Amino acid sequence: MTTAARDRDDRPRGGGRRDPATRRRTGGGIRGNEGVAGWLFVLPVVVILGVFLLLPILMAFWVSLTGWEGQGSPFKSGVPFVGADNYVRLFTEDGLARRDFMTSIRNNGYYVLVVVPVQTALALALALVVNNRMLRGKGFFRTAFYFPSVTSSVAISVVFLFMFANSGAVNGILSVFGIDGPAWFSDSRGLIHIVLGAVGVDSPPAALTGGGPFGLTWWDWLSGPSVAMCAIMALVVWTTSGTFMLMFLAALQNVPVALDEASELDGASRWQRFRYVTLPLLKPTMFLVVTLGLIGTWQVFDQIYVMSQGNPAKTTLTPAFLSYRTAFKDFEYGRGAAISFVLFLIIIVLTLLQRYVMRDRDEKRPRKRRS
Amino acid sequence: MAILSGQTARRRGGARAWASTIVGYAILVFFGLVFLYPFVIQAANSFKTEPDAAANPLSPVPNPFTTASFQRLLDGDFPLWLGNSLLVTVLVTIGRVFLDSLAGYALARLRFKGRGAVFAAVIAVMAVPGVVLLIPKFLVLNQLGIYDTYTALILPLLVDAAGVFIMKQFFESVPASMEEAARIDGAGVFRTFWSVVLPMARPALITLTILSFQGSWNEFPHTLVAVQDPQLFTLPRGVANLVSGSLGAGTQYPLKLGAALLATIPVAVIFAIFQRYFIRGAAEGAEKG
Repeated sequence: MTTAARDRDDRPRGGGRRDPATRRRTGGGIRGNEGVAGWLFVLPVVVILGVFLLLPILMAFWVSLTGWEGQGSPFKSGVPFVGADNYVRLFTEDGLARRDFMTSIRNNGYYVLVVVPVQTALALALALVVNNRMLRGKGFFRTAFYFPSVTSSVAISVVFLFMFANSGAVNGILSVFGIDGPAWFSDSRGLIHIVLGAVGVDSPPAALTGGGPFGLTWWDWLSGPSVAMCAIMALVVWTTSGTFMLMFLAALQNVPVALDEASELDGASRWQRFRYVTLPLLKPTMFLVVTLGLIGTWQVFDQIYVMSQGNPAKTTLTPAFLSYRTAFKDFEYGRGAAISFVLFLIIIVLTLLQRYVMRDRDEKRPRKRRS
Repeated sequence: MAILSGQTARRRGGARAWASTIVGYAILVFFGLVFLYPFVIQAANSFKTEPDAAANPLSPVPNPFTTASFQRLLDGDFPLWLGNSLLVTVLVTIGRVFLDSLAGYALARLRFKGRGAVFAAVIAVMAVPGVVLLIPKFLVLNQLGIYDTYTALILPLLVDAAGVFIMKQFFESVPASMEEAARIDGAGVFRTFWSVVLPMARPALITLTILSFQGSWNEFPHTLVAVQDPQLFTLPRGVANLVSGSLGAGTQYPLKLGAALLATIPVAVIFAIFQRYFIRGAAEGAEKG
């Protein structure tokens, strides 16, 4: 709250306190029944968020400590309490549970590594082009680039499923350039494995077949995203870039035109102007876009559900989808909830990191404005 | 200044500036196609026959033109999904606009014990990622005995923390003098809110209405854990089921694309009309971080 707002709010309260008799007589006065009204106003929000958000998180934490399999209520005495077993099985105990979980972490890790830089770079490039003073019709293109962001993730996944079909639009375009496109959604080969295969390394070298960390071999960890995952990454970059472009665009419009022109007159090249004038000014937005990207990419679910269901060969399995599948398809609710909480932890750490850095920025901003 | 430097730039390298303009347009048009052509493919292929869609997926012209897939959709469950989606979207939007602005107003203007704590809780809730709530939500709906009902589909979506935040920010940005005048004239808190504050809040209310409409119309994961009865499917759930369910992948693309197209159109129309409110919403999302 700004100082001005606080001053304004304090004055009537002081007045009310000084004259309680008046308040009682008129049935509340100006500020009299605010205490009750305030709570009544926020009550629906507090109750609904409490019952459908906070309470369920606590319930799910309890379930993650049990072996509940969906029969009856998880809060009755018959449900086996297993302590941290569900978590232990994800990290230290060798078995299918850990292999699936670590595979999903690997898949999502590669997904983050590709999607975040690509969508950030594309969003920035689009913003720079749309912000160009010399071009006309920018409003139309800004709308066009942003439109995919507001459409239904399910509907658009269907469209991309069709475009990436074996004889679909994407392979049709590739064949124009003489490229024989892959069978996208049944191709589980990792990109790094494909590249290695192209230079003659078809089978894993002996050093990599041994046990890597967490039950996957080094060869498995170093697979790269699968071909199927690439199609999903293309969809996500396509849908989110528009939103981030708007953020860059808002920041670019705050860059003083005079600054750019001064450096132009000083003889700076286009690249130098971008690198040494524009880019430093975009740093806060860049940080925002990257962290929002990091937070968002760990949550990919809808596209996986519609397009691949974790297939082929579990190479599009992500923690979010795995937790859903473990609970609702395998009826291992305890383990599914445990996966959710590990994912929760990953995302919350990223969110807190972001808020911590952004808070510094927010505090600096008003000071600058005042001086 | 702008004119001067524009002239010097043009004089210094007229050809280069011209070339860069051409390159600029080329980039715009290329990405314009990348971002819009999938929608052309979606629309065109839903009017094709299945062999035509399989043979010429890129062609924007259906040959022959047929509305068979839409006929089949209308004869199937599609009208049911549409009805459910409309019901959920309308109720959720009304609920969010009303309840979020009530709470946003209270947090911005009314002084009551625990206001700081409630606001801190709202901020904390905004950080909770939706996908980790799938199992938790199912557990609570199951425990309350409302799993697989319209209540389960609607009630948990009826408020959202981000909307409360947007409304609070808005109310803090407008001067309080009007409401204080109304209160001095003897209007109660709710009366003041309803007939003085809300009418002034139109821009913020439109933004919130649009964000709520878009959010609830497109909502998918919540329906996965709230209902399983096909009678209660909304459009995204129905379309997802069409693709990954019994009909299997790889075939009947005109039908699936037609369903996806019909699910896209309402948001597209709203977007075309209220574009600037969407963009404001995105900007507010950026600020809240």
